[in-house]
Amino acid sequence: MNGKRSRDPVAIAVNGLLAVAALFALGPLLWMLSVSLMATGEASTYPPPLLPQAPTLQHYRDLFAQVGLGRYFVNSLVVASGVTVLSVLFNVMAGYAFAKLHFKGREPLFKALLAALVIPGQVAMMPLFLMLKGMGLVNSWAGVIVPGMAGIFGIFLVRQYARSVPDALIEAARIDGAGEARIFFQIVLPLLKPVVVTLALFGFLGSWNDFMWPLIVLTDGQLQTLPVALASLSREHVQDNELMMAGSVVTVLPVLVLFLLLQRHYMQGLLMGSVK
Amino acid sequence: MKTRALAAWMFAAPALAVIGLFFLLPVLAGLALSFTDFDLYALADLRNLRFAGLDNYGHVLQMPLFWRSLYNTLEFVVLGVPLSIALSLGCAVLLQSPLARFKPFFRTALFAPVVTTLVAVAVIWRYLLHTRYGVVNAGLGALGIGPVDWLGDPRWAMPAIVLFAVWKNFGANMIILVAALQAIPDELYEAARMDGAGRWAQFRHITLPMLGPTLLMVSVLTMAGYFQLFAEPYVMTQGGPVQSTVSVLYLMYEEGFRWWNLGQASAVAFCLFVLMVVVTQLMLRLGRRSEEAASA
Repeated sequence: MNGKRSRDPVAIAVNGLLAVAALFALGPLLWMLSVSLMATGEASTYPPPLLPQAPTLQHYRDLFAQVGLGRYFVNSLVVASGVTVLSVLFNVMAGYAFAKLHFKGREPLFKALLAALVIPGQVAMMPLFLMLKGMGLVNSWAGVIVPGMAGIFGIFLVRQYARSVPDALIEAARIDGAGEARIFFQIVLPLLKPVVVTLALFGFLGSWNDFMWPLIVLTDGQLQTLPVALASLSREHVQDNELMMAGSVVTVLPVLVLFLLLQRHYMQGLLMGSVK
Repeated sequence: MKTRALAAWMFAAPALAVIGLFFLLPVLAGLALSFTDFDLYALADLRNLRFAGLDNYGHVLQMPLFWRSLYNTLEFVVLGVPLSIALSLGCAVLLQSPLARFKPFFRTALFAPVVTTLVAVAVIWRYLLHTRYGVVNAGLGALGIGPVDWLGDPRWAMPAIVLFAVWKNFGANMIILVAALQAIPDELYEAARMDGAGRWAQFRHITLPMLGPTLLMVSVLTMAGYFQLFAEPYVMTQGGPVQSTVSVLYLMYEEGFRWWNLGQASAVAFCLFVLMVVVTQLMLRLGRRSEEAASA
């Protein structure tokens, strides 16, 4: 490119530092991939090898055929999909109501919800466990999904976005005799599409990556999600670095790909959420 | 009009019901639970449940492991939050520089760890930090520094977890800070350059003050997140060695879901909650005061 610019020592320093930072960020992920393709025991040598001598998919085969990782993958998929669909629906409906519909106590209620954002979720975990136990939901997918079906932050995001929907549009539809449900699904929802994508992405990634609550509520091994299963596997297979790296790849890859495909929506959500 | 208000309620009701039933109600119940002796016997038969007043809190405050976990958590917060914010800010400034190339690539690369699954990447870092064949020690070895038993030495286990957490999190704040940097008007920098201000002077007297409110918000949110340390020690060290990485939430989990002392676990949770509120409020107050002082 521009010869003069690339010889500028400051430009070299800026790009050099960025490259070092990128290596710091991506290095562990790339290495995970590399080690997952190594033969058993190859990674447990000094100095640690960067690339596999003879790449093999053996550990992936073992994970699915012997360890039964496929089951945990499906469990994670079911839980994350359930959380995503339900939380998007409920949060979008509520966010729209708080932005555009009028009901008594709307503003104080919204302020109260925002104030509740400071409460760390773990405070609720002990009673929630007992409640779900009473409802027979401990050790079920429903037990993981139910508390994630709506969230204050999600409602807040939708409300911010939905305020830009013109009132005239909604009013015109009402005059034409459209019911509230029809207005929502046919007019408002298409306009909210970007925030719906953001919310779905947050919901899926958040649920897929979640650890503490699934660990508590899924006591039965057969129903565990990938992170919970991976954590207990890593305690059993402390020495099997290659196998564990393959397990990490299987866990991380879906969310990483999803993020890469939809990263514009993710970043927008992050920025919207930060301007409270 | 009445039917319309009813319709509005119908839209808000499902989400409000979920939040009320599965979040706010359990929070209140948790407070109540922390004043009872709920344990394994009460779990088996509720008739064994007794009101215990402040006994749980008294007991927790006399527990050496609680103070140990509090110290560990504060160590994690005090080391991790400034390091994480500094790295986020540094990378944001680099990304925002007109001299930087391949910006979309760098931005995505630096952000990638944020979306990864914590448990999975903790497994990776356990390998990277391995005493005998981990890359961190290999790098140190090349510099002539002997192997460090990162996750097995009580002095180094928490700093190692901090390093991992910073790697995992710094990208999120970086994105927010990049947006804040973009909002600073170019004219300010132009005027400073005309006055002969160098890069450092510009950073010190324009960038930092203009970022003030964003930095404050980001610090408070990051701090609140770092107080909730749990999965990292659970996967990487199981609280060890010699309890040097037992965090407050780790203690809560063990008390509540391993020993089924749910009353006591709730007391631990509320102690952490109170501490978080106090510290974040203090930070907000100090931050606002220094902003007022700067603008006065």
